[in-house]
Amino acid sequence: MSGGREAAVVIDIRLRAGAFALDLRESIAARTVALFGPSGSGKTTTLDAVAGLRRPAGGVIRVGRHVLFDARRGVDVAPYDRRVGYVPQDLALFPHLDVRGNVLYGARGGARIPEPRGAGAAVLRLLEIDTLLPRAVAGLSGGERQRVALARALMTDPDLLLLDEPLAALDVGLRDRILPYLERVRDELGTPMIYVSHAADEVRRVADHVLVLEAGRAVRSGPPADVLGPHAGG
Amino acid sequence: MTAELVQVTAFTVLMAAVATLVMLPPGVAVAWLLARREFPGRTIVETVVSLPLVVPPVATGLILLKLFGRRGPLGAVLEPLGIDVVFTWRAVVVAMAVMGLPLLVRAARAGFEQADRRYEAIAATLGARPWRVFWTISLPLARRGVLAGTVLGFSRAIGEFGATIMLAGALPGARTLSVAIYRNAELGRDAAAMTLIAAAVTIGFGAVYLSNRLGAAS
Repeated sequence: MSGGREAAVVIDIRLRAGAFALDLRESIAARTVALFGPSGSGKTTTLDAVAGLRRPAGGVIRVGRHVLFDARRGVDVAPYDRRVGYVPQDLALFPHLDVRGNVLYGARGGARIPEPRGAGAAVLRLLEIDTLLPRAVAGLSGGERQRVALARALMTDPDLLLLDEPLAALDVGLRDRILPYLERVRDELGTPMIYVSHAADEVRRVADHVLVLEAGRAVRSGPPADVLGPHAGG
Repeated sequence: MTAELVQVTAFTVLMAAVATLVMLPPGVAVAWLLARREFPGRTIVETVVSLPLVVPPVATGLILLKLFGRRGPLGAVLEPLGIDVVFTWRAVVVAMAVMGLPLLVRAARAGFEQADRRYEAIAATLGARPWRVFWTISLPLARRGVLAGTVLGFSRAIGEFGATIMLAGALPGARTLSVAIYRNAELGRDAAAMTLIAAAVTIGFGAVYLSNRLGAAS
């Protein structure tokens, strides 16, 4: 489906982790949602909850019509059934597998299929992974690692893609080279995304809805221009 | 003497290999459980598994003898099936496996603990169910610890004496290196004992060296 699927994402959760408390009551209809805020504001915790890696104490998580978590109804879909692709900040590329093993880990048919077809092939083309496939993960550059992690998450054909500061670890030159890949994923695959960032310029470029978090709460929500201002620095 | 050396060494290595295969599935399972899961009685399991390290091996052997004897709880189950354990080669395997297990579990557990859980979590988001995560992520990442533990468990099995002599006795044809060394020394056949000792030291050296190499390379 090109042109972009809009996911009505409902993140209505309460969660405690030590002294930190997350309390979100959001329902957003947007293609690319940015979670924006300082470190410790709950961005990664929110992604973990959506991916099913952290269980909220209460509330509802819904992606489109797919209820992933509903405390009151006792729904807690296992991470492997959520169809949510996750690119964590440290990427977590499997060190014992080569690029092919990583990228095809979640692909239908698994790593045994010699060459992915259809949507999988499109992902590899889009992110220019083809030539990297036989390489060891340890030898990849920062930008290559980023693309491999992105491809691995997209090969499962997820309903929602979670990106945790995908550009934070990259220097400015590399960021400008990776950003177009993200825009391609958004525009050509149309996979809905939740994009965590603390860089306003990135958010303006990638997202069509921004949720500003502070100390576990959403303090502002809306289109980037309204929330961040047209030239709010970055 | 040479015939004895070859027969005893081959028998010991074969029994230790079988014992290692026997202890691997439960050992790796327990190591994974201790490294990855919180459950009631966790400390009890941890302690029981390590017990053969601190209880005199002869005592462990006597306990096994009571368990596997004809009137013992395990022996009573196995006897109608036609499986005799006590004073057979199976007793050698059981004694070796029980004595080797703690070392396997310790090293394998350290291997699982060193593997970053984040990889397992991400594998789950890619659609992998727990069993697949274990085989494709957890076990390969912990492989050095599991291998080192396997070699240590095997080495312990090769050298096992106390539990073996209680459970298996010293029947000709079913003697391990340590039992044969003891018998020869007891009968004053020091030269024969020394030859067997040389074999035991060589195997032990190789195994521990390999285990250290595996540990150092991680």
